[in-house]
Amino acid sequence: MFTDDPAALADDDSFLEQGIIDSTGIMEVIFFLEEEFGIRVDDDELIPENLDSVNRIARFVQRKRVAA
Amino acid sequence: MCGIAGIFSFTGGKPAQPWELRAMASMVRHRGPDSIGFYRNRRVGLAHARLSIIDPTGGQQPLHSPDRGLSLICNGEIFNYRELRRDLLAWGYDFQTESDSEVILALYRRYGLDFVHRLNGQFALALWDVREERLVLARDRVGILPLFYSRQGERLLFGSEVKALLPLFDRTPRLNPVALDQLMTFWAPLAPETMFEGVHSLLPGHMLIVTRDETRLRAYWDWHFPDQGDWRGQSEAHLAEELREWLSDAVRLRLRADVSIGTYLSGGLDSSALTALAAAQSDDRLNSFSIGFGEGSGYDETPYQSMLAESLGTLHHTVVCQPTDIVSRFPEAIWHTEAPVLRTAPVPMCHLSARVRGTGCKAVLTGEGADEVLGGYDLFKEMKIRRFWARQRHSVWRPLLLRRLYPYLNLNGQRAPAYLEQFFGMGLARADSPLFSHLPRWITTARCKLFFSESLQAELTGGDALGGLQASLPQDWERWHSFNQAQYLEAKTLLSGYLLSAQGDRMLMANAVEGRFPFLDHRLIDFAAGVSPHLKMKVLNEKYLLKRAVADLVPADICRRPKQPYRAPDGPAFFAGDEADYVRELLSEETLQRYGYFDARRVMHLLSKARQGRAIGAKDNMALVGILSTQLWHCLFIENFQQRFSGAGHDSRNHLDTGETDVDNRKDQTAYSGELLVHRRSGGLGG
Repeated sequence: MFTDDPAALADDDSFLEQGIIDSTGIMEVIFFLEEEFGIRVDDDELIPENLDSVNRIARFVQRKRVAA
Repeated sequence: MCGIAGIFSFTGGKPAQPWELRAMASMVRHRGPDSIGFYRNRRVGLAHARLSIIDPTGGQQPLHSPDRGLSLICNGEIFNYRELRRDLLAWGYDFQTESDSEVILALYRRYGLDFVHRLNGQFALALWDVREERLVLARDRVGILPLFYSRQGERLLFGSEVKALLPLFDRTPRLNPVALDQLMTFWAPLAPETMFEGVHSLLPGHMLIVTRDETRLRAYWDWHFPDQGDWRGQSEAHLAEELREWLSDAVRLRLRADVSIGTYLSGGLDSSALTALAAAQSDDRLNSFSIGFGEGSGYDETPYQSMLAESLGTLHHTVVCQPTDIVSRFPEAIWHTEAPVLRTAPVPMCHLSARVRGTGCKAVLTGEGADEVLGGYDLFKEMKIRRFWARQRHSVWRPLLLRRLYPYLNLNGQRAPAYLEQFFGMGLARADSPLFSHLPRWITTARCKLFFSESLQAELTGGDALGGLQASLPQDWERWHSFNQAQYLEAKTLLSGYLLSAQGDRMLMANAVEGRFPFLDHRLIDFAAGVSPHLKMKVLNEKYLLKRAVADLVPADICRRPKQPYRAPDGPAFFAGDEADYVRELLSEETLQRYGYFDARRVMHLLSKARQGRAIGAKDNMALVGILSTQLWHCLFIENFQQRFSGAGHDSRNHLDTGETDVDNRKDQTAYSGELLVHRRSGGLGG
């Protein structure tokens, strides 16, 4: 996500396992999602199922926007 | 570098007298011990105390144009003078010296008031234009060098330090309550305010144009950021490379001198990078200088400094500063800062510059500005987390990120994080405030004002410091990214008001050492302003792009090491063991009441806490140091005004009235003398 090489990350790769994002980096991700998609992420939504890959994030954001 | 001073006489104003110029110059002689020069006519008088760095033999000031239509005194350096000179020679200007300052005269001839845009440097100058009967005062873009002015009757007095103006005051000045209010909020008065009522600090990036009928302030530069999202589009690798080039060139220009140059080595990233770049470009072995506080002090960085010096191959000097040194040197530091301080951190810097001077170095490269320009401060991280938290104020998880910061605080148990959360939670509901980033710091600092006396509070009804700052923000502020907004606030308050002043220029020039600040090269500032905030601080990794840019120069340990704030022993140092006479006298109930700034009863309460050796927090510390230094300031500049300033230089009334210019190489005694300090009630000095 923060590399010059866009091919370095596949859509299903785990950010945590790849060492791309740590728990602090999640802040940056949520910050971006909230800003870009106008959603609010609650504490109980901070789970890997929602946020730990590009595809998971995409699905999560979609669900949130439908619910909103 | 140097000290400058002068007088402009408006219509009806008395022309500058030789003894007046001499009295003014003698007050800033510590800035320029090598020689003194004067120029005067019926409209203007200029005085220059010189520290010779470039063209030591020919660069005597005031400088004049060949036709003598222009005269100049300049404190500072024009780093790109060789390039400018080449162009101006081709244009046909007839240079009289090899001095870097002379390009200013030529540029002014060619471009008028726009001369200033061409300068890459640090300067405070006064230029007299005979034909236009116009005096131009100008100060560098970010405020590295100081320049003060005050209208006294039909004359305008100006000088590098306020003390240069004071000998010509008709009456004892008063403390400016607005400045003290600002100082007890932002750590420094904000230009144009100074601690002295009626004395103004020329705003950085501005010039003051003075004619016989009016004075006009003109802005020529300010910190500026692109609209949010409008960042430089190049790749990270490209930007890192470009940053390296700017920095390297900024260092190259700042190594220009006819004297030996050293570097300040703090043990952190910025000074390491500078030292490495300087070492690579120097023929001789570089001298590096560090402050140590002794093991176990909690502030000491000596092991890192030594490791760095060794790996960079410098000839390293360390000054060890003990708490007792802080106490004994504090009054002299306040004589130089001309303003109270909330931390003692400037004092060791004075210690350090004395050491530099002792080795024969006249100038040092130093890392100030890197944190502002490239995003190094913890405050920027705090802001990010607080903004994140403010969106979900009831989140339990979000504030936990704050624990990621401040690993050096040695947090024990559960209370500390709770405190941090409380501290940083301040102003959370004001996420839309333009000052959001700085609210916790400024609200906390402003608690010092609880010690203000009733009479001082009564003088402060005209609005508060935060409101004043908010009203001064630039027009396109709203369109900037919050990170850039925080950078701007930092640059306009702490950097120019305190770090470059009380902790910078004043402590350097106390010992006639010139500081040079490569990170504040305006080309580097302009480049960095366009870099995305996400590259300045990647997630919570500060100065990310800089780290990438200098990775090959600096040991990896230094790059990885969390940033350490520079701190010195504070409040408790004054109360450990036997209290110094001046501390006891100035903090006595009687003196507090007589000076009238603080509520003596409250101060007594704070003092008893400190005297019992009870742990005092950051807030009490700031209050203690702030109150003591305000009392010192009053004692030095107000209570002893008559003895120190009134009539200074009168003994030389008959000297130097033979012509319109003169040079004087006599050595003056320093204007500061410690023994005047301790106030003796029986002596009846004040009242």
